[in-house]
Amino acid sequence: MTLELHGLSVTRQNGRNTLRDVSLAVAPGEFIGLIGPNGAGKTTLLRAAQGLLPASGTSSLAALTPGQRARAAAFLPQSREIAWDLTVETLVMLGRTPHRPSAEDAAAVAKAIAQMNLTALAHRRATRLSGGEQARALIARALAQETPLLLADEPIAGLDPAAQIATMQLFAELAREGRAVLASLHDLSLAARHCTRLVVLHEGRLAADGAPQEVLTADLLAEVFHITGRFTETAEGALFTPTGLT
Amino acid sequence: MTAGRLYALLGLLTAALFLASLTVGPASLPIGEALSALVAQSDGPATMVMREIRLPRALLAALIGGSLGLCGAAMQGYLRNPLAEPGLIGVSSTAALGAVIAIQTGLTYTAALALPLMALAGAGLAVLAILALAGPRGTALTLILAGVALSALAGALTSLVLNLSPSPYAAAEIVFWMMGSVADRSMTHVALAAPFILGGMALILPLGRGLDALTLGEDAAASMGTRLTRLRLALILGVAASVGAGTAVAGAIGFVGLVVPHLLRPLTGHRPSTLLIASALGGAAMLLAADTATRLILPARDLKLGVVTALVGAPFFFHLVWRLRGRL
Repeated sequence: MTLELHGLSVTRQNGRNTLRDVSLAVAPGEFIGLIGPNGAGKTTLLRAAQGLLPASGTSSLAALTPGQRARAAAFLPQSREIAWDLTVETLVMLGRTPHRPSAEDAAAVAKAIAQMNLTALAHRRATRLSGGEQARALIARALAQETPLLLADEPIAGLDPAAQIATMQLFAELAREGRAVLASLHDLSLAARHCTRLVVLHEGRLAADGAPQEVLTADLLAEVFHITGRFTETAEGALFTPTGLT
Repeated sequence: MTAGRLYALLGLLTAALFLASLTVGPASLPIGEALSALVAQSDGPATMVMREIRLPRALLAALIGGSLGLCGAAMQGYLRNPLAEPGLIGVSSTAALGAVIAIQTGLTYTAALALPLMALAGAGLAVLAILALAGPRGTALTLILAGVALSALAGALTSLVLNLSPSPYAAAEIVFWMMGSVADRSMTHVALAAPFILGGMALILPLGRGLDALTLGEDAAASMGTRLTRLRLALILGVAASVGAGTAVAGAIGFVGLVVPHLLRPLTGHRPSTLLIASALGGAAMLLAADTATRLILPARDLKLGVVTALVGAPFFFHLVWRLRGRL
């Protein structure tokens, strides 16, 4: 399915607009990096798109019933809350909540655990694992939901470099398989390297939307992020490096 | 241990304690005689004792203990906090206030059921106040704060009633009632409380999947299809109905809703859904055991059930603190 947002706006109770008139389409096959400085509205966009926040405008996801939505889109929130001492396997099994219990559940859980390289930890208590391992278990939970759309809020924050790259490669692979991924990211280098498209939010507005090299221009970097940076052509493609502050 | 085996074990334990509760009392009846008197077609004294005294007592202990265990597990699951307990939303305090007013005004002497009915009215008012304060879409935090505010107000008003009590006898009766007990209750009490208790439990039991999903927080649960507003409403109504009715007929009985989910959580693999049924059975077993203990420890004195559960529950809390300290 395609996620379509039209004129999505969120006004907080204090009257502050955290999201202003954002229109966006996320189609199967795309891995979209949602970038922007702190407070730009990335989390608000991801939540409002699912109807988790009162918003004006329309979202194809928010229009669904909760059950339909849970089978259409998985969401990885930024807060990595694990309230009880569940094993990794039981935690990942929570991702099957929206589906009718079936024989496919165990296979989906085992696949998601393997994809996040957690097979050796499957029977350990998730709360006893390191922060990065917990984050991977939570990503596995979202993968086990087996939805056409994956929304992830800073999925690679706090992961070690290998897990960051592996997660980005996995999301790119999911997109190539025909799923759609929309992930908020702060690492512009990894975003430019792996995402098919970058969407830039600035003060609640959509500042740019396109291929990484089209989006990360000197003007935009200066205006939105207050940094400089450049693309370097290498044998593995164009790599983006932030170089300093403006 | 699988969930099914755990339920079976706890069910057997509860059944055994139910039978024990029926066979322990000042009228020393042998077990076989006591049980046959219960089902016999006679109006003999043994049948009277069994049907009018022991059966309602055992039924109330099982029903109230079961609902306290279930509500405790559900509240802890919803709030994702092992310190949550059924009284947290202020229902038991307001139900107690209603009962205290019934005793104080003497209504309870003019109409036998005035006390439980006033307590139920108190619980009903508590629900309206909680829903008005915390709102239909509120978060867990607003629910806790509304409950704390309501409990504080009800507690203050209860103190005021005691303070203004004209006679020390009325005050003593209020204090004794508030300690909590299922002794000397009739089948009328059971008939009054059971529909609310069972109805409340029926509202809470289907919430297991949603409570499991809530392990990962409210946003994650909502994204997995949990209707949080509906879950919260069912939880508040279920806890209010069952705990309110329990308080109405037995007074405030603490610690069961807190301790039982704690004890059973490791045996359920820490899954909130499995903990619901386990805690209902465990709560029934614990209250039956505690109520039987009141008759065995001090048979000559009217030892109050709430005193026993607190005496057992508080040291358990010390143990929790001790263990927590060791982990830091």
